Amino acid sequence: MPIEVEIVSPEKVLFSRAVEMAVIPGLEGDIAAMPDRAPMMLLLRGGVVELYENGAVTDRFFVAGGFADMTATRCTILADQAIALADLSVADGQARLAALEASYDAADKMDVPALDLLMAKMQSARAEIEAAGGEAVKAA
Amino acid sequence: MASLKDLRARIGSVKSTRKITSAMKMVAAAKLRRAQTRAEAARPYAAAMRRMLAELGAGTRGQSGLPTLLAGTGNDRIHLLIPLTSDRGLAGGFNANINRKTRDLIRQLQAEGKTVRLLPVGRKGHDYLMREFSDLIVDHVHGSGGKEIPFSAAAELGERIAAMAEKGEFDVCTVVYNRFQNVMSQTPTEMQLIPLALPANDTAASADAPVYEFEPGEEELLSSLLPRNLQVQLYATLLESAAGEQGARMTAMDNATRNAGKAIDRLTLTYNRTRQTNITNELIEIISGAQAL
Repeated sequence: MPIEVEIVSPEKVLFSRAVEMAVIPGLEGDIAAMPDRAPMMLLLRGGVVELYENGAVTDRFFVAGGFADMTATRCTILADQAIALADLSVADGQARLAALEASYDAADKMDVPALDLLMAKMQSARAEIEAAGGEAVKAA
Repeated sequence: MASLKDLRARIGSVKSTRKITSAMKMVAAAKLRRAQTRAEAARPYAAAMRRMLAELGAGTRGQSGLPTLLAGTGNDRIHLLIPLTSDRGLAGGFNANINRKTRDLIRQLQAEGKTVRLLPVGRKGHDYLMREFSDLIVDHVHGSGGKEIPFSAAAELGERIAAMAEKGEFDVCTVVYNRFQNVMSQTPTEMQLIPLALPANDTAASADAPVYEFEPGEEELLSSLLPRNLQVQLYATLLESAAGEQGARMTAMDNATRNAGKAIDRLTLTYNRTRQTNITNELIEIISGAQAL
């Protein structure tokens, strides 16, 4: 029995099809969406969504964070930004990471929530670089 | 009476005006189609967002200490109005309608003894409001009605509003925008963003619905969903407004083209009549001159 998976970014619907299983990068670890799962809502970290059919990965999408809403028959992924893995570029990710690192250095070190937010964004950028096949060197 | 030369010049200028208006109409039609597709493409995200918020909101209803973005400050004293207009004119009553509605709203709120603040988006609204209510304007945003509206534009605006809400700079936030009904008509609409009006979940349905698990906790989810929702709502209104602008411009330019056509017909008729009168007059002069000899 398949599960309806939808990957939606604010601009458009990227993917909408029934698949066997979807592995989603949750904030607290990867989670698989399968049919008849207990309903759940979770926050996403930056990472790769993998869609399985017949026991093999058929599609991969990078999501830069967002939310997922899973029910027994449906899984909706609300991505802040979603890109098919094939279209990712290491250079873009590195440029984003560099910009974020600069703003992290410039940020007020007492402003913890803002720093946390920047840190999460940097992690998402590193995940993007890794997903694109590059090396996310230069740890913070 | 205008001379033949004057009339020819008039006809020429109206003809070139018609060329411009019909070109603008064509351009607006093409842009409208793109803007409409984009507005439609953005709908699934907003719908899914609403569903999640309704689910989350049902669990937290009536609790105290809810985030400001959801519950507001509990007061109703300072109102922030966000009128969405376009940066460019020549779109019929598109911007004037928003400006009028905003002005009426300001007057009404002020009559009720409330403080009004303005954050106009789009040059046309800003220019208008500067004249009458320049002391109420806290900030303004231009250039959002360009060719493409990136989500980041809405995200930036949303962040700014969320920051203002956290600091308690206003109690109620309302957007005034043109809701796109069809190409011919856009309705000036006001939509309250903060406090958020959650869609009423009917209790029978939610009692049957399975209980959700949340990861991480409900509060963390809510606190990251709410700012996002604000941005998404703004994005949706920006897209609707952009589609409406093109629709309004298309209609306005269609009317202008038709009017120019009518004006040309009228002027051509006068031109021909004048020409005939001149010929007749000349003939009369020649004949009477010949008879006098």
